[in-house]
Amino acid sequence: MAGSTLTIKDLHVAIDGKEILKGVNLEIKGGEIHAIMGPNGTGKSTLSSAIMGHPKYEVTSGSITLDGQDVLEMEVDERARAGLFLAMQYPSEINGVTNADFLRSAINARRGEGNEVSLMKFIRQMDKQMEYLEMDLDMAQRYLNEGFSGGEKKRNEILQLMMLEPKIAILDEIDSGLDIDALKVVSKGVNQMRNEDFGCLIITHYQRLLNYITPDYVHVMMQGRIVKNGGPELAQRLEAEGYDWIKQELGIEEETVEQEA
Amino acid sequence: MTTEIKLPFDKAFVSSFSSVVNEPAWFAELRLKALEQFEQLSMPKPDKTKIDKWNFTQFHQHTVKSTAYTSLAELPNEVKALVDVDAGNQNLYIQRNQTPAYLSLSDDLRNKGVIFTDIFTAAREHGDLLKKYYMTQAINADEHKLTALHAALVNGGVFVYVPKNVEITEPLQAVFVHDDAEANLFNHVIVVADDNSSLTYVENYISTVEESNTLANILTEVIATTNARVQYGAVDNLAKGITTYVNRRGVAGRDSEIDWALGSMNEGNTISENTTNLLGDGAKGDTKMVVVGRGEQTQNFTTTVVHYGKHTQGNILNHGVVKESATTIFNGIGKIEHGASKSDAEQTSRVLMLSEKARGDANPILLIDEDDVMAGHAASVGRVDPVQLYYLMSRGIPQTEAERLVIHGFLAPVVNQLPVEKVKKQLTEVIERKVR
Ligand SMILES: Nc1ncnc2c1ncn2[C@@H]1O[C@H](COP(=O)(O)OP(=O)(O)O)[C@@H](O)[C@H]1O
Ligand SMILES: [Mg+2]
Repeated sequence: MAGSTLTIKDLHVAIDGKEILKGVNLEIKGGEIHAIMGPNGTGKSTLSSAIMGHPKYEVTSGSITLDGQDVLEMEVDERARAGLFLAMQYPSEINGVTNADFLRSAINARRGEGNEVSLMKFIRQMDKQMEYLEMDLDMAQRYLNEGFSGGEKKRNEILQLMMLEPKIAILDEIDSGLDIDALKVVSKGVNQMRNEDFGCLIITHYQRLLNYITPDYVHVMMQGRIVKNGGPELAQRLEAEGYDWIKQELGIEEETVEQEA
Repeated sequence: MTTEIKLPFDKAFVSSFSSVVNEPAWFAELRLKALEQFEQLSMPKPDKTKIDKWNFTQFHQHTVKSTAYTSLAELPNEVKALVDVDAGNQNLYIQRNQTPAYLSLSDDLRNKGVIFTDIFTAAREHGDLLKKYYMTQAINADEHKLTALHAALVNGGVFVYVPKNVEITEPLQAVFVHDDAEANLFNHVIVVADDNSSLTYVENYISTVEESNTLANILTEVIATTNARVQYGAVDNLAKGITTYVNRRGVAGRDSEIDWALGSMNEGNTISENTTNLLGDGAKGDTKMVVVGRGEQTQNFTTTVVHYGKHTQGNILNHGVVKESATTIFNGIGKIEHGASKSDAEQTSRVLMLSEKARGDANPILLIDEDDVMAGHAASVGRVDPVQLYYLMSRGIPQTEAERLVIHGFLAPVVNQLPVEKVKKQLTEVIERKVR
């Protein structure tokens, strides 16, 4: 079988008792690139956090499976080792832990005891990918994300993606705060990962990124649901016309009002 | 008010000890005077920890018999891990309980006039020099009961003297091995860096016994005269049951610098003071300390920098991890005296608690008597951030390993400052063992 399949069915998620996702359905297969677009505050990060298992997000009903395995039953680290990856919108900073030590721990956790990657091989691989992403090699010895600029953090997320080679990756606003050159570099990284074993969900609210990474499927999320599905042309229409036409089509008019309520 | 404490050792005992080790008269007199002063003095009062129930004065053995090591090959494995067993011409002093057990000083340093020897030999052979600095400039015997008790009963230690203009690059290392469960340590370390000199000194206190119902009363004096630099590293690793009072104090003259890198890994109750007095203009003091508390132990660390000279710079960075039912208190004191203009007193103390019952406290205190100065402080007491763990785990790292990374990361910025590679490695291993 080529690649893995992540299946999300009727997913409801609450934060602090407040329902944010109200029934999300989505299937991502190896070889496919999906994009979720939508206005701010509609639940895109909530979806990605729920998939990865962030402690603050409570799945109240629905299911997430990876190749039929119940993801919701897994601890966060088990989800990662099962093949999921989330490039986070706001990566944590961890003082005293170097980027290299962190990545090596992550790789070794996958490989298991007795099968650790050799230090030389690891360093070579890390240097190679950092060069590919046009990162300063010193960043390997800096503390994880500490004092990194916004753009450096995003590149570092993609570096982890390339080093860990997950089956399904979710990239949450990997494009926010990037200038055009950085955007190109990040896209280059993702495109290099592209193959029939690799599935990817790109979350963004700008179409811009999708000029560099062409998605197979585009979904629009509003008010905690996926409200529209299409191909790359849907992203282009959203870029040109905004979200109002979808709201009208679906009779969603009070978007902002409801959000404040 | 002082309470009557009957000491287990009297004047006659102290005098006879002085004559056994063949001390000069001034040293013996200092002991007897301190023994008298003990009666009138009060106990020290560490902020936020009540020590009136702690035993700092009652013990059985002042002296235990230990044999010297004839070669480094005889060292217990825990100690071998700290030193370079194969190196020849190195600078190493090993003390076994209170017995000087091994000494090596490179020919080069010997020829330059560097003194590195046990405190008894120093008193006999370098009496005039020792007398000038011993409990005269940094710590006085009559500060409180424990300094007096120490002065009266000192039973081990080391004297380091670096002459003017001598800059030592390779570190001097002292290892104080505690391998007798009956041994009480009244250890005195004195490091003098004369004008324009520099050195790195690293010490380890290490118990090889599991548990010992004894006392450690440790004083360190560092004197950096003018334009001198002392890097002082220490890892304290004394066994459970040992009640420790440790006071490390430095005085820095004009343009001198004293840097402390301290790892406090004791298993018993500990009161620790570390003070740097910046006497001369342009002097600098820097303390970095890591602490791990576990079990039932209570530890109190007071780190002080006092600015007397103008343009003086003081930095304090304390990081502590507390687990189980342990208590760790950090008191950071930055004191700027009147006239110490353009001085800067900075401090950061952080405590990471790993269990519900662990207790931590970080108290920054700034006492400033001068207008034209800078000062800053940061203090925090918290737990491991679940979002940080989530981030690490989201890359496949299991929770225990993620916690380990966060804890080591929390201590690393200080551990990395320790001057000797082997000591750094050993401290990392001790931390690993203790926080697991
Ligand atoms: N940690 C949180 N605590 C409370 N509410 C939150 C939290 N995170 C997100 N929300 C709320 O959940 C909704 C969806 O947020 P999010 O999923 O981050 O949106 P998006 O990623 O689409 O911008 C918003 O209304 C937001 O205010
Ligand atoms: Mg978001």
